[in-house]
Formats: sequence, C-alpha cells, structure tokens
Amino acid sequence: MAKMTYRLLQGNEAIVEGAIAAGCRFFAGYPITPATEIAEGMSVRLPMVDGTFVQMEDEIGSMGAIIGASLAGVKSMTATSGPGFSLMQENIGFACIAEVPCVVADIMRGGPSTGLPTNPAQSDIMQTRWGTHGDHPIIVLSPHSVEECFTVTVKAFNLSERYRVPVILATDEVVAHMREKVALPPRESLEIIDRLRPTVPPDWYIPFEDNSMGVPPMSAFGDGYRYHVTGLVHDVRGFPTSRPDEVDTLIRRLHRKIDKGLGYIQEGEYFLMDDAEVAIIAYSSVARSAKQAAIMAREDGKKVGVFRPITLWPFMRKDVEEILKNVRAVIIPEMNMGQYSREVKRVDQGYARIITLNRVDGQVITPDDILRKLKEVY
Amino acid sequence: MPEYTRLIYNYLRHDKKFPHVWCPGCGNGILLGSLIRAIHQTGLTKDEIVLVSGIGCCGRLPVYVDFNTLHTTHGRALTFATGIKLANPSLKVITIMGDGDSMAIGGNHFIHAARRNIDVTAIILNNSIYGMTGGQYSPTTPYGMRASTAVYNSIEQAFQISELAVTAGASFVGRQTVYNARLLDGLIEKAILKKGFSVVEVVTHCHTQYGRQNKMGSAVDMLKWQRDNAVPVEKAAKMSPEALEGKIITGILVDKELPVYEEEYNKVRAKAKGLS
Ligand SMILES: Cc1ncc(C[n+]2csc(CCOP(=O)(O)OP(=O)(O)O)c2C)c(N)n1
Ligand code: SF4
Ligand SMILES: [Mg+2]
Repeated sequence: MAKMTYRLLQGNEAIVEGAIAAGCRFFAGYPITPATEIAEGMSVRLPMVDGTFVQMEDEIGSMGAIIGASLAGVKSMTATSGPGFSLMQENIGFACIAEVPCVVADIMRGGPSTGLPTNPAQSDIMQTRWGTHGDHPIIVLSPHSVEECFTVTVKAFNLSERYRVPVILATDEVVAHMREKVALPPRESLEIIDRLRPTVPPDWYIPFEDNSMGVPPMSAFGDGYRYHVTGLVHDVRGFPTSRPDEVDTLIRRLHRKIDKGLGYIQEGEYFLMDDAEVAIIAYSSVARSAKQAAIMAREDGKKVGVFRPITLWPFMRKDVEEILKNVRAVIIPEMNMGQYSREVKRVDQGYARIITLNRVDGQVITPDDILRKLKEVY
Repeated sequence: MPEYTRLIYNYLRHDKKFPHVWCPGCGNGILLGSLIRAIHQTGLTKDEIVLVSGIGCCGRLPVYVDFNTLHTTHGRALTFATGIKLANPSLKVITIMGDGDSMAIGGNHFIHAARRNIDVTAIILNNSIYGMTGGQYSPTTPYGMRASTAVYNSIEQAFQISELAVTAGASFVGRQTVYNARLLDGLIEKAILKKGFSVVEVVTHCHTQYGRQNKMGSAVDMLKWQRDNAVPVEKAAKMSPEALEGKIITGILVDKELPVYEEEYNKVRAKAKGLS
C-alpha cells in the first residue's frame, strides 16, 4: 500500500493540489482576494504537468475560457470571490444548459459589492444556487478543512465529469487561508472520474440524447464527432429549438440527471448526532466552531450534535428533515443574514424549533457565540 | 449542380432544418460562402475546424456548417475560443462576431486576445448596427446616422475595427466588403493560415435595420454602395485624409510575425519542468 504524504498546506494550496490530482489541466482566472493563491498555485503547477494557465482580462472571460477548454476535452477550473463570481454567472448558465463540466471555486468574502475583501463570509450561498438566470441544476460543495479542500476538490471534478454540470466549490476566507497539516492520499488510491465519451461511430452520435442516467456521452472538439453546442435551448442534436415538447424535454432532463444522482452527490458529516437533542447545522469554517461548541456543551451534560452538509446544493432535504424530526431545536449559525437556514425553515413542518445565528460583521462565529445561543433553548 | 454550389453544399449540415434565420439578401450568407471557400482552399479538414460565434444575427452562422461549432454568449466568443485553442492547439479556431458583439460587450476580450496573440482567427461582420435586436446603434454606427435608439441620429464616434485591431497588436488585420466576395475569400484564407491573432473585418449590410432606417435602399443598393466606396489600401496610401472620408479601406492592413501565445507557453512549461 502506498503511503499518505503529509504536508503543511493552506486551504487554497490544497485546492490546487486537489485539482491537479483530479486531472485538471486548464485554469483561467483573474486575481481576487481571498482566492488569488489558487490562480498563483495553478500558474506554477499546471505547466509542470503539461497543463495550461492563462490569466484572463476578467472573470467573464475566465469562465468562457474554462468552458472552451472543457469542450476541447480538458478538465478545467477557475477560482474567484464574490465580485468575480457575480461576473461569471451568465457563462455558468451556459455551462449548465450546454452541459459542460467545469469547476468554479468561490472563496466567500463579505459583500455586497466590493464589501469586505479580506474578511470571511458565507454570503454567496444563494448565489451559488440561483446566481445565473433560468431554471438550472447545479452542484455546490463546501469543504471545512484544508484536508477537505483537497478531497472535496477531487469530488467536485468527479461530479462535474459524471453529471456534466458546473460544480461550485464554495468555502470561506478562513478555510482558504488557514494552514493545517494534511494527509494527501496516494494518487493511485484516489477515485478519478472522467466524462463518458461516445463510442458509437460519428454518424450515430446524437450529442444530447437522453439515456438511463440522463447524461449523454460528451465528445471533445477535434475527436471527429462534429456537433453543435449552444446556449439556446436545443434539441437532441444540439440545434436550437422552441418546440414546446423539445424545450420541456431538455429542461426536465437537466434537472432529472441531478435528482437521480442525489444519493451519490449528497454528502454530509454527522458529528455527535446519535443521541442529540439539539442539532447545529453548519458548513465551511463555521462547522469547526459548531463542533467545538458541541463538545463543550456535552461537557455540561447537554446532548448537542452537528450536522455538516458538504453538499450545499442540491439541498440535503432528506437528511435535514430526518434531523428536524429527531431533535428539539436546530441552531443554524451562518456568516450571512440567514441563507442556508431559509432552506431548513422551508422544509420544517413544525418538527423542531429553528434558531438562526447570523454574523455579518466580517468576524468568525466562535464556539462561545453558539453556546450563548444554545442557552436560549437548552 | 454547379461546382461552386456543390462545394458549399458539401460543407453544410443537412440534418439541420433550413431555411436559415437571416433576411433574404443579408450579407451574412455571402460571408458564409466566402468562409467555406476559404477553408476549402486551406486544405484543413472539417474535424480540425472549430467555429465559435457570439450572439447576434451572425452568431447563428455556425449552426449551418459541418464543423465543430459553438454558439456562445453575447460578446464572449473569443474567451471560449481562447480556452479551446489553449486546450488543444492542433485545432483551428475561428470566431464569428458582430460589430456589437466584438466591439461593445466583447470589446475588452477583443483587445486582449489581440494583445496575447492567441492563434485564433476573428471574423467580424460589421453591419454598423445591432441587427438581431432590431436596429439599435452599435459602436460602429457612424456619427449622425439613425438607429432605433438614436432616432435623433447618433452623437457617438464610431470605432474603426481594423485600426483598433492593429493598435491592440494583432498579427494580421484585413478588411473587405461582402460585395468583393472573391477578394474576401482570399483574405479569409490568408487570415486562417496566419500563425497568431488574425482579424478580418467584413463590411456588410443590414438592409432590414440599418438600411431601412437610413434610407439606403435595398440589399442590392447597399452592395453597390460598398462597391463605390471601397478603396484598396495601396490606393488609399496615396490619397488625402479628406478624400478618404467615409471610404472603406480594404485589403491587408497588417501582416507581421509576433510570438504566438501557445508557443510561448511551451517555453513556460519547459521552465516549470526545469528543462531550461
Ligand atoms: C448579455 C446580453 N445582452 C444583450 C443581449 C441581446 N442581444 C442579442 S444580439 C444583440 C446585438 C447584436 O448585434 P451585433 O453583434 O452587431 O450582431 P448582428 O445582429 O448585427 O449580426 C444584443 C444586444 C444578449 N443576448 N445578451
Ligand atoms: S436583421 Fe440585418 S443582419 Fe440580421 S439577418 Fe436581417 S439583414 Fe441580416
Ligand atoms: Mg451588427
């Protein structure tokens, strides 16, 4: 058995290493705090492995370039923060409708607008889901440690390849800039998924035809399967259409492919949840404080646990519903005005009390902040 | 079927339901013919060509031809093209953009693609108007002309696309009218074969929007206007600025050797691997 490699890495550096390990060979980006180290790291690492780094003129261009690279058959990614993420939205929608795999890291900082460039926040949670216009499927993953920055980045690429969707890697400034000792698994032990490519002769290739998974095989430009890719609603051949039956079929398939994969896509961590009477639901850096708060509460004899969704979107509805049924109260600490908590409230049928804890002052949420909130219910 | 028709026919997609979306008489069709003849002359295979467009009437062009085709978002064709080319430099990437597409919303991408000198050919259909959205003024609508958002006539100065491309550092820049389709064929062929960022500004007519609003007559009248106002660059060199007022300078404006991004990037790779 090959051994783990131990390294002291920053979250952003671990994202770079995760991307390289996942097979990413193209990065286009534009500098922005607190995501810049990803671009810097990629500019160093990609040319070593015959990949390509390009610094674009803006984030719109970065997003366009990574879609182009992916269409040419190369796994690609970009990284940004709030202002740049806003600029990327139109082309993210393109990747959704044209089903182009790609990964976008959004290292969240305080907003709106230029906001708080150097402070952490979790204020893009709704934007990661609904930032681009129109009904669309999307996958959003959120690592909470440096080690997870590596593993979840690998997963982000795998999911984007498997389902042909853009995957957003959303974490906050704390996780991105923190340094931790991480155990990097040997390359051979990593599961790496590559998009399905067509095996039929080119004449038979129907690029957007439905199948059991709802994910058509994808040919790369230059592979001999000449086909059309567009951001317009298209028929199974990729040609623009406004025929109601064809339009409906496409939009529903795009959603169905993700719905069918929920079991595979959704991942969360249950921490001290078995006998918990109060649950804390938290993600990215706040989940670390939540875990500490749970440990401290248990020292006081309070049965507190943490549910940490790694998959923020699609929303882990089944898990959350089950938790709501089994606890007295749920505390949702977030570095925003209450974005993930809106979803939890949406599915709560009066099962449990839902308490939000929101910090929007650019400061991290501490275990003490959470314990103080806990006193209100327990 | 005549030979030239057969040639075009061989490159069209036959599983795509024609008719196309363009108005009868639109210059976009003439450019499509020129592009096919030019590509045919280069000897490149259909599999090697990637045709990338933005949004606008001309953005619909790729769907009709049997290449790898990509219809992107408004103004962003060059950014997608950049990704394709850098990911697989063996592909020949050609973008089709409108004047609004390339100069307004995509103007920034245009100058940076030129500066970077990516080996991509940018064909710009300059009809001086936003055709698809119904005739609003564009960055190339001349001062004093009318548009649906300039019914009191445009008060903005127009960009000269080719001159802008030269200044931004493109390796190859040429301009031609759709009236001179044969000359256009040759110009596009040269641009495609050029290593580096090459630009072909295609002066074309939108009789439906620009022509109608400015009382310029039919498509044929506008083609005649192109014929009467085109001045080859060699001849223009001997003319005064006053005499050149309102004229269309045609031909090759720039053709120079510059380091190409993809080749430079190979040097970066060698350095990163400690090979140099
Ligand atoms: C982001 C965005 N803004 C606006 C539009 C609407 N729109 C579609 S085509 C077009 C203008 C096209 O003009 P041009 O590029 O000159 O192409 P033409 O139609 O003249 O060929 C505009 C503004 C759009 N599709 N996307
Ligand atoms: S509106 Fe103008 S540019 Fe568009 S197809 Fe008609 S003539 Fe051509
Ligand atoms: Mg136009």
